[in-house]
Amino acid sequence: MSFSKEIWREFSKNKIGLAGIGILVILFAMSAVAALTIPIESFKEWNDPASWLTFPKSALPAWVNYFLPEKMPEHMILENTQAISQNVGNVFLTSSIFGVDYNYNQFPSDFIYEYTAKYTGSPLLQIWVTRPDGKEFELISISLPQSKTMTSYHGFIFSTDDSMIKNLRKNHDSFMFPIESLLAQNIVFSKTEQNNVLIGHYFFKVNLYNVNSKSSLETSKFILGGKVYGFMGTDELRRNLTVGLLWGTPLALFIGITVAIGSVVIGLIYGVFAGYKGKKTDESLMRLNDVIYAMPALPLLIILAVTIGNSIFLIVGFLVLFGWVGIAKVSRSMALQIKTLQYVEAAKIMGQKDYKIIFKHIIPQLLPYAFASIAISVPAAITTEAGLSFLGLGDPTFPTWGQILHDANTYGAAARGLWWWILPPGIMIAVTGLAFVFIGHAMDVIVNPRLKQ
Amino acid sequence: MSFSRFILKRAVTMFGVLMATLLITIALVGSNMDAILKQSVALDVRQQVTDNKHLVATFKNPQDLDAFVERQIKQRTDALGLDKPWYYPPRLGLSMYKILTLDFGHAKFLTSATGSSDVKDIILEKMPRTILLFTTATLIISLIGIFLGALSGSKINSMLDKMTSTFAIISSSFPVWWIGMLMIFVFAFVYQIFPARATPLIPVTDPRYIGALLYHMTLPLITLVLIGFGSWAYLVRNFIVGIMQEDFVTAKRAAGVSEKKIIYTHALKNAAPPIVTVLALSLSGSLGGAIITEAVFDWPGMGRLYYDAINVLDLPVIIGETYILTAFFLVSIFLADVLYGYFDPRVRKG
Repeated sequence: MSFSKEIWREFSKNKIGLAGIGILVILFAMSAVAALTIPIESFKEWNDPASWLTFPKSALPAWVNYFLPEKMPEHMILENTQAISQNVGNVFLTSSIFGVDYNYNQFPSDFIYEYTAKYTGSPLLQIWVTRPDGKEFELISISLPQSKTMTSYHGFIFSTDDSMIKNLRKNHDSFMFPIESLLAQNIVFSKTEQNNVLIGHYFFKVNLYNVNSKSSLETSKFILGGKVYGFMGTDELRRNLTVGLLWGTPLALFIGITVAIGSVVIGLIYGVFAGYKGKKTDESLMRLNDVIYAMPALPLLIILAVTIGNSIFLIVGFLVLFGWVGIAKVSRSMALQIKTLQYVEAAKIMGQKDYKIIFKHIIPQLLPYAFASIAISVPAAITTEAGLSFLGLGDPTFPTWGQILHDANTYGAAARGLWWWILPPGIMIAVTGLAFVFIGHAMDVIVNPRLKQ
Repeated sequence: MSFSRFILKRAVTMFGVLMATLLITIALVGSNMDAILKQSVALDVRQQVTDNKHLVATFKNPQDLDAFVERQIKQRTDALGLDKPWYYPPRLGLSMYKILTLDFGHAKFLTSATGSSDVKDIILEKMPRTILLFTTATLIISLIGIFLGALSGSKINSMLDKMTSTFAIISSSFPVWWIGMLMIFVFAFVYQIFPARATPLIPVTDPRYIGALLYHMTLPLITLVLIGFGSWAYLVRNFIVGIMQEDFVTAKRAAGVSEKKIIYTHALKNAAPPIVTVLALSLSGSLGGAIITEAVFDWPGMGRLYYDAINVLDLPVIIGETYILTAFFLVSIFLADVLYGYFDPRVRKG
């Protein structure tokens, strides 16, 4: 008890070590926030593009607006404000109207209409926009798939839809400039005299016509794609980077700490056993150690991940496979010294069993070294996993920071200037690594007093 | 133990490691490779038979034709030894022997710039570029590192010393490939000085190719140096600090030798063995890391080749590259060991 208290007293004097502990506490807090606020199901959907459709594409973090002279449009999800149902004879009409004040000087990045319609037959869905200058454009007019029974149909209408663009281009008489090559959002929100944003109040009206039976819109959302979103922005595949970065924290900590503890425990026992036994056992165990030590880790890790599998637990195992050798070497040489101490010799003469001597007398002596090694091994484990993920060999069901960077690299984020996709994951990897380097360094100073100079 | 026995023992261990790595690689990809080979043989035979109109005409019904094709496939796979599993000892021995003599077979998808699909040709084409980039980087890193390390080692706790140590710890925490992405962002997007992709667009045969390659090399080179020299300087500094506490330095000081002379001649000379060892090791280490670095910069070397080979699962290339990388790695470990043993007789007792 007094021993650990003494270590803590020494440790608390070390400012760098305390800084490391501080960062670690923040990282654990982030993990807790991730686990409590973001359901793991939504995180596991990371690689499913369908679950991110309603998010904006490559949007900057929302806070950049504070630093810009001209605000970028924020992502707006308009919920159904008014729903009207009426019928003329046997034609039933359900409408849904969305109003929005658009007062940004930039066009939205796109717009999407998401709906769930409940109907029988084959209703007609029409969308109209009424602009601040009073002009009305038809956006789209489609019939929903035929169904003889009552059915629920969930669908999306994107501003990139060909028929919508065709419809809009029919209005070229209203504009004083050519609109043939413009995107839907750049026509709908444009002034008529030049291609700038027309600020003001827009109405989007969705009409669902059906003959003979009533139909209804269960969900109805109009999404104006922004150029900024959330705390960390989104990537090319519309994924919310805040989710990926937050959930990456517990994953990185899990990988780093598990690999470090696994490697140190195996290396410690292996090394101490070899050192304590000596002679032939020592010789052959250390030969095996040499062989693994001299193997090129990364190529073999890649082959293992490609051929055996890339589940996160397997990768942790592979990293342990290459992680324990260095620790075994040092533990062996320490065990060689300790086993010549008198109390160990005494225990031996008194007939104590080998494993008892190893676990009761030698390993406790090496514990401070073991803890320092755990802290020092964590960063390497995290960066190696990040490297594997970066090569596209990570576990697709558990997206880590390395995988976010892999996607960023695949989509050429660096050459296209999408800095918010590159900077945060790398900084997180480095900061997590640094926390353990700081702690390990502080513990190293306690374990090896010679380093103090 | 005599020095030659020490070398012999290390050489035997290294050869053992090479064999073990090879065996593991073959064990991991062997069954996959057999399946792929069988598939390609079957495709080949079918193609040949259907192309030969006269032969096809001699068969009365499709069943006969199928039976014939099956027999042909069987014959070919047997001739290749594919009827036995990969771990059948003579086959295993043969494949190990082939790889040892650098006969890696033909790549499935990848080719060299000249169109050859021989794995050896492909690797030999890429190897000089990897060596060019990483050897240049390691040399620059070690020069800066030794100079900066000696300088901060001579002024312990000075501003420079503290900055070097801080920079070393922080720079080694960032993955090189991430810094690479940042460099591309800054120097290819914000300031358009260097190209974002390091593969020159002109063909290899063009005389201007070398110049273009060197220009494309600048950004990866700067990145490698930037991320590498900090930890080198820190290492050299620690060696120097250790040596400066030794008795002979105190004696030199007492004899009135200037501090500068002590550091740059006596201390550095004594720190040479570990520095040379680390140099040998970091050369080989950088080759392993080349896989990711080259993938980021799109540098047309062995690392990029490995990355491409994984993406299309071109197993002959993967095996060949693993062998070459392992061999490089082991040769430099061996060199490091020998140099260390040569400089420091205590090591030989092992």
